[in-house]
Amino acid sequence: MTVLCLVERDGDGVADASLRALSLARELAASAGGSVAAVVFSRSGGFGSGGFGSDGLGSDGAGPDGLGSGGAGPDGGAEADVPERELAAFGVADAYVVAAGAGYAPAAWARGLAELAVTCAAAAVVAAATERGSEVLAHLGALTGQPVAANCTSARWIAPGYWELVRQRWAGSLLEDAALEATLALLTVAADAVPAQPVAGVAGVNVQAFQPEIAAADLQVRAVESAERSGGVSLATARVVVGGGRGVGGPEGFEVLEELAGLLGGTLGVSRVVTSQGWRPHRQQVGQTGTKISPELYLACGISGAIQHMAGCLSAKHIVAVNTDPDAPIIAHADYAVIGDLSQVIPALVAAIRDRAGAA
Amino acid sequence: MEILACVKRVPMVGGRVVVTADGQDVDTRMSGFTVSPHEECAVEEAVQIVEREGGSVTVLTLGPPEAADQLRDMLALGAQHALLLETDGREWGPVATAAAIAGAVTRRADSGEPPYDLLLFGNEAADTGDYQVAIRVAHALSLPVVSGIKRLSLAAGGAQASREYCGMQETYELTLPAVVSVKEGINLPRYPSLPGRLRAKRAKIDVFRPDWQPEGLRKTGLRLPQETSGRARILGSGVDAVPALVALLDELGVLS
Repeated sequence: MTVLCLVERDGDGVADASLRALSLARELAASAGGSVAAVVFSRSGGFGSGGFGSDGLGSDGAGPDGLGSGGAGPDGGAEADVPERELAAFGVADAYVVAAGAGYAPAAWARGLAELAVTCAAAAVVAAATERGSEVLAHLGALTGQPVAANCTSARWIAPGYWELVRQRWAGSLLEDAALEATLALLTVAADAVPAQPVAGVAGVNVQAFQPEIAAADLQVRAVESAERSGGVSLATARVVVGGGRGVGGPEGFEVLEELAGLLGGTLGVSRVVTSQGWRPHRQQVGQTGTKISPELYLACGISGAIQHMAGCLSAKHIVAVNTDPDAPIIAHADYAVIGDLSQVIPALVAAIRDRAGAA
Repeated sequence: MEILACVKRVPMVGGRVVVTADGQDVDTRMSGFTVSPHEECAVEEAVQIVEREGGSVTVLTLGPPEAADQLRDMLALGAQHALLLETDGREWGPVATAAAIAGAVTRRADSGEPPYDLLLFGNEAADTGDYQVAIRVAHALSLPVVSGIKRLSLAAGGAQASREYCGMQETYELTLPAVVSVKEGINLPRYPSLPGRLRAKRAKIDVFRPDWQPEGLRKTGLRLPQETSGRARILGSGVDAVPALVALLDELGVLS
């Protein structure tokens, strides 16, 4: 039995979320005595000159990968597109490089997966619950008429066409035990709840090119990427996040939190009430409908700790809460707490850190 | 511009989720209901477009008779019409929900009323987070679809929609009619005005009862994840706690 796993890239390697998806896919395959095959989409959109005819697709293929017309043959080109060593380290012995047009077109990716699933008689398709993974699997569900189990944390095969799984609701604040009946099981993986587990024993990856029949309609909606946005410390990857919530009291109260964030080499994050009030822009929101953070330290000031907020910061290594209410839900989630008014505590903390730096 | 904006009635959950004794549902006896945040932004976006370009906004939900409350909340934000796809209170999955919504869109097109130019959804529901209703509706109606949108602009029969991906901006071109699912941050939803609330209270809500259908994915139970931490260690009260806090930050290695 084959379990296909969509693998997204991060630069030349495999995206962390996809390594986690591969780990769950391996568990799923093992429960049925099968194996995982990775699926990557060709960056250039093709390999060699065949397949796309005269519509211009794949014509920019002679890029850094050395693909495209006049480049390496199908197999050579396909291999150049695959982060083989990383895949092997996660137990992948087979990988497919799918040519579904240049750039990202969600419906075309889904079409490629649907055809590949038929070709290799796959029993399941797994993807990380990223923006793209979730989107492509939803398209795949619609194309194949199959259900999609979103945000799974574990899954196993029970009988042909029958699976049991656990998935997240409320962004992980609640778990659902579920049964899945499907001719092709489609699952996305809640990456923050599944560890990336390498495994020994796979020496090399057998890479094969796959050319699906992509219809023009599948390519109608396609991403055009623009230049990378600049900015300070990214909230998602910040080592320290200083959080501010309703307790900050108004837009002017964030200045001292930003000052503290600066002293700690971190950045400001806020709760939903802060962005709903228009006190701070939405891109600073931490939570279910904002950014998920995973800093070394999250210093949450004046934040009550609603589940929608906690869903965004449960990956923080240490949570320190500053709150006037000792019974606030955040106290139950935090590792340390200061019971007090942040408008007094934070300026005093900033002064103490400055004194310390001055004395050193 | 005729716009359909779809919302889902979800429990207003605060500090913690409580599961019912039978382990099948979220206990809502102590909570109210609201719509998912992304969907509130979908309605706001629809209202803003119609304010600029004319036309009307229809808000739709699928849910029990009480879900009419959420439709009235959305009417109070400025939507003109409301359609309740009324259920018997059972939980509907994304496949059946999408089929019922696609059915409503098709009935409208067949009725001689002006068809929808744009179908707006929230990216994923706050509770089930299935991330697929908008895309399934688009496939059922053979419409282009894009999800996770943070910026939407319309021009001459088309739409340009953008979202972020790994720090990059991705832009999609769509021809109308189209399906777009949006994320919070695309706009800042307004608070309902008093006249808006009064108008919403009196507004007529169209009701249609679609047929429930079983899904391949079936919930067998709900439970809370295991708590990873207990209660916080209290460092102290007020400014007196600052030395202990500085010592902790030092210990954690975040003081340079």
